[in-house]
Amino acid sequence: MATYLEINKKQVNEEKWEEPFYLNMGPQHPSTHGVLRLFLELEGETIVNCTPIIGYLHRGVEKLAETLNYNQTIVLSDRLDYIASAANNTAFALAFEKLMGLEVPRRAKLLRTIVCEMARICNHLLWLATHALDIGAMTVFLYCFRDREWLLNIYEKICGARLTHTYVRVGGVRQDFTQEIIDELYKFTEEFPSRIYDYETLIDVNRIWLKRTKGVAVVPAEDAINLGLTGPVLRGSGVPYDVRKFRPYDAYGEVEFIVPTGKNGDTYDRYRVRMEELRQSNRIIRQCLDKLPETQGEPVVAENAPDLLMPEKIRKPEPKPVPKKGVIFKGEEIPVVPPGEAFASIESPKGELAVYVVSDGSNKPWRLRVRTPSFVHISAIPYMAKNHLIADLIAIIGTLDIVLGDSDR
Amino acid sequence: MEELLNELKEKFSSVIIEIQEKDYPTLICKRSGFLDLMKYLKEEKGFKYLIDLCGVDYLDYKYKNFEERFEVVYHLYNLDTKILLRLKVRIPEKDCWQYSVTPLWETANWFERECYDMFGINFKGHPNLKRILMPDDWEGHPLRKDYPVYLEEEQEWKTYKELKEKVKQQS
Repeated sequence: MATYLEINKKQVNEEKWEEPFYLNMGPQHPSTHGVLRLFLELEGETIVNCTPIIGYLHRGVEKLAETLNYNQTIVLSDRLDYIASAANNTAFALAFEKLMGLEVPRRAKLLRTIVCEMARICNHLLWLATHALDIGAMTVFLYCFRDREWLLNIYEKICGARLTHTYVRVGGVRQDFTQEIIDELYKFTEEFPSRIYDYETLIDVNRIWLKRTKGVAVVPAEDAINLGLTGPVLRGSGVPYDVRKFRPYDAYGEVEFIVPTGKNGDTYDRYRVRMEELRQSNRIIRQCLDKLPETQGEPVVAENAPDLLMPEKIRKPEPKPVPKKGVIFKGEEIPVVPPGEAFASIESPKGELAVYVVSDGSNKPWRLRVRTPSFVHISAIPYMAKNHLIADLIAIIGTLDIVLGDSDR
Repeated sequence: MEELLNELKEKFSSVIIEIQEKDYPTLICKRSGFLDLMKYLKEEKGFKYLIDLCGVDYLDYKYKNFEERFEVVYHLYNLDTKILLRLKVRIPEKDCWQYSVTPLWETANWFERECYDMFGINFKGHPNLKRILMPDDWEGHPLRKDYPVYLEEEQEWKTYKELKEKVKQQS
């Protein structure tokens, strides 16, 4: 990256020139949670400039989706944010349902909400574990993974997969919960609030934790909106924007929960917001479980949901009085999916995940656009890291909660 | 909602071609004067949050009723009134550029870079327009409809080809 150097040399008088120190952080750095590369310009230990370079995990999901049919596309969504794949599935399914005009049964909505909130708990537990580990608190890591394991086991009972579960699908969900799963979830919701309390006692008033997080990477509310930050990062700055409340989807309209917000917009506030969200998620799961018996026996997939193997074109037979033998079947071609466009967004654990889909009447999307929270959050790193120490950069990456599969797509 | 649309239609009659009622109100705009409309929306009407900016390639699209090949789609959101607006600007292939909205929304910076990377649409006034997801020396724009999903061997990425040959020689 000689270009940066040349530009700087021109700007400053050559005689007085003191070369800044350049440092490449990543792409193989354990605390960048994937393959993120940060090009740093340092003055001593202070970051003067920071350039994130992404694209190392680019798999071309948007291009691939144009070659697969709608149900197959959901499988791709698992691989975006692989920590909370249920949330991704839901975003895709919601957009496709809007496009096709499907009405999802209430039971499926409740099941989706449960699965989404489980994904949120999984994600926040993993975030807390790695964020604390990066900053130097080892113990939390082990406890968090213990509880995440519990949820992953429940996931395994629900759909057979632990991480990439294509459980939510167009028009509903794949299958109903068994009584065993419901019992297990009740047990989990009963036990979990005390576990959150355990984590808090470990780090909440820990002097090192406070020193590393309070006043680090402060983002005022106005700037946070302008930078496009969403999710807990935005709420940490005091803006109560939550898609679950602002544009309710699935069963979020009928459950009660609070949207926690921070005050100062620093790393500590974002931590507090996420801890509170864990409690709210637990509450939502509990409410949905209580509502499940009301819908006992209902179908979990919409009636006219598309088959897993969608045909290219559906043919409408021509009305003929008596078909003769050997007549070639001719008919009118009907679009499988009505042509048009749809936009749906959800509150994924990391922020707002939006899907914009354009259809041309065939069984494959013409264009599928995914707006992922991590992509936007990484673009905010230069703003947040300015005039901070390198050690704080680790805390910033942690507090943004980024996954590179999500940002590179 | 109705009031806002009527007001916009009156005030920017030369910019807005059409207002469509879809899942969200959709404004189809001309390129000239588009920045004024965006500035008005952000500063006067409180659309402070740009959810998404993306490109769409309409090459050989069956239900197309316009000439231009590309479309740039904006999704704007007002956090106070909870109104979501979709704006579209059509861009011809030969004159492939659009005004950058990065001075208004900082978010647009990377979205526009991605749009340039994937579709080859130039954004005038962007501070740092270069590829973001693909490598810097990549040829072509992957999300265009005439770009193949699987590349032939001759069209492979140059750097990768050189690396392959190097490995062959050493082993």
